[in-house]
Amino acid sequence: MDFLNALVALSNFVLIPAVAYGAQLALGALGVTLIYGILRFSNFAHGDTMAFGAMATILVTWALQGAGITFGVLPTALLALPVGIAVTALLLLATDKAVYQFYRRQKAAPVILVIVSMGVMFIMNGIVRFIIGPDDQRFGDGARFIISARDFREMTGLREGLAFKTSQGITIVVAAIAVIALFWFLNKTRTGKSMRAYSDNEDLALLSGINPERVVMYTWLLVAALATTAGVLYGLDKSFKPFTYFQLLLPVFAAAIVGGLGNPVGAILGGFVIAFSEVMFTYAWKKVLTYLMPEALEPSGLVQLLSTDYKFAVSFAILVIVLLFRPTGLMKGKAV
Amino acid sequence: MSAQARTIGLFALVGVLIILTGVLQSWNTALLILNMGLISAIMALGVNLQWGFAGLFNIGVMGFVALGGLAAVLISMPPTTTAWAAGGARVLLGLLTGAATIVAAILVQRRMAPERNRSLATLAVLVLGFILYRFVFDPAVDAIEDVNPAVTGYLGGLGLPILLAWPVGGLLAAGAAWIIGKTALGLRSDYLAIATLGIAEIVIAVLKNEDWLTRGVKNVIGLPRPVPREIDLQQNADFIERAQGLGLDPVTASSLYVKLGYSVLFTVVLVILLVLAQLALKSPWGRMMRAIRDNEVAAAAMGKNVTKRHLQIFILGSAICGIAGAMMTTLDGQLTPASYQPLRFTFLVWVMVIVGGSGNNFGAVLGGFLIWFLWVQVEPLGLAFLQLITAWLPEQNALRLHLLDSAAHMRLLTMGIILLLVLRFSPRGLIPER
Repeated sequence: MDFLNALVALSNFVLIPAVAYGAQLALGALGVTLIYGILRFSNFAHGDTMAFGAMATILVTWALQGAGITFGVLPTALLALPVGIAVTALLLLATDKAVYQFYRRQKAAPVILVIVSMGVMFIMNGIVRFIIGPDDQRFGDGARFIISARDFREMTGLREGLAFKTSQGITIVVAAIAVIALFWFLNKTRTGKSMRAYSDNEDLALLSGINPERVVMYTWLLVAALATTAGVLYGLDKSFKPFTYFQLLLPVFAAAIVGGLGNPVGAILGGFVIAFSEVMFTYAWKKVLTYLMPEALEPSGLVQLLSTDYKFAVSFAILVIVLLFRPTGLMKGKAV
Repeated sequence: MSAQARTIGLFALVGVLIILTGVLQSWNTALLILNMGLISAIMALGVNLQWGFAGLFNIGVMGFVALGGLAAVLISMPPTTTAWAAGGARVLLGLLTGAATIVAAILVQRRMAPERNRSLATLAVLVLGFILYRFVFDPAVDAIEDVNPAVTGYLGGLGLPILLAWPVGGLLAAGAAWIIGKTALGLRSDYLAIATLGIAEIVIAVLKNEDWLTRGVKNVIGLPRPVPREIDLQQNADFIERAQGLGLDPVTASSLYVKLGYSVLFTVVLVILLVLAQLALKSPWGRMMRAIRDNEVAAAAMGKNVTKRHLQIFILGSAICGIAGAMMTTLDGQLTPASYQPLRFTFLVWVMVIVGGSGNNFGAVLGGFLIWFLWVQVEPLGLAFLQLITAWLPEQNALRLHLLDSAAHMRLLTMGIILLLVLRFSPRGLIPER
């Protein structure tokens, strides 16, 4: 019985939150890695792209809620998501035309593009704060739990409760759909194949008649979809605050680099590696250990390896360790 | 010659802008802009050393600036003797344990043959060391933080003059830079960028959480000052008399006097660093740095030790940022860990360097002044602009109120636009490298 209780506590506080967070990071890291693979630079504006996408979706959600339209037990934000993606896609395509295209034609060094993306980051950050303000926004509605801790206890008779939030369930399902769709697109469609060809070898791809501008356009469309989805899921699960999204840049990049920059499978793996280590290092293990250990050995402290505020330190440490031992990431990434 | 004229002209323009602020707004504001402009210029010099001279992409400026701020606290605040008695020695012992663990792990990695036993041994050393570290460290921290938490609850500093904190801030930042450089400098530029970004966040997390060291988010206030306090001046008969001789009331005069005092101190530091940076740029060492930046392979083939030189300049540039950080905390008179934000302390400094002209020390200094001036002034200008374009809307219109409310965020927008415009139309900055 104690073992079951320990398992339930572990799932409740570590496994489920880490899987949901990992899925959000993976979606973010996929966007970073696509841009790196095809446009060949690290996009520092990605966190703010996620914030912009989430903001656009939130505004539509509020409009729908105002008009009395909801999505039953599911959050209304899912209905608003396609509109949010479309708006973000327009913004990204406009940014590409106005900003990045010039440097692409010049064949500017990747580091110049990184600095350019810093400028874009400032602008997007400004726009988001300008429109929705710097404060916390909640926009989740519908049912809060798929299983609440209380129901679970009554159902199983265990002492520990297992809460499975709707936002966590939706995150996992939506992320899975998004990833499957992305890989189907990259592997089965003509455009997806040309994108991969362009990423592998630009000259050869150009030689075989692939239109680079078209590849770039599809990349931005995919990035808009991934970033907006990641942003909305993160906002539903936790809450929406522009500055938090800016700070997500570090774990998202860490995920992409740990997995191997430019490698989509690696990005997903990296997302989960980072999420699990963050949650496991900052979780207070006392509860789980109390169930597992004999009474004499029960821990007196919280058995928390690091305080929650050090979660950046965890993503960073994983990043450094992986880079020192496998410089191109866990899965083989590319280098520009 | 025309390049020189351009430099002089641009600096004169910034001078005129600050003087105009004094005439149109108030001399207090003008001096505030000047003082932070001086500090910004020093930060920009540091980043220019790394990026402009050597092409190192450091976006952890905020961390080094915060370490300088920490130095100001550790040097100048009076020591909390009761806290030292409660757990000072044990905290130091704990830190030593932690350091010894890391050294032991590195030694195991170096000495043992690379096989599975080595990984296991390293892991064992780390785990045991961590447990021992927490065992020694945690009770000491609790003891220290229990000492009168509303006022102290931390170890305090050394009670030395705060001016000493400026070089020490540089040393602290240099030490951190050495550790980071040793691990991350071999990596590609994007990786170095992310690594420095991460380090900066970690430094801030430490400042926010290690209450025994910095009081965390409870802030350390009332740092000693290198210049007299306004309140003392206002009670000084001699000072009041001289102020009246100049036709100023004592309150304004004292505040201007104090700010001018800071300006003089900061100017001295800036001039020293600028002269040193210019000498470095013109020396064989500076030429070697630029040669490495422009073509690493060729420089290595000529027998230059690229990694060592990179480490050297990374440490120097970070130290300058640390000095600037200590100066800023001195000017503020308090350390508030929650106020360090990457957009303001890392990316804004980058805008200064790029806009001013990377690779040119005068460019970086100019960028520091100019961008800081805009950062301060965009807010009132933006508000005026929004008032102008919404003037036709009724007084209580929701859109109008929202826009006026958001005027503060015009700053970020403007900085982004300035950066993009400069990168597009004058990619080498206002005062390009020669």
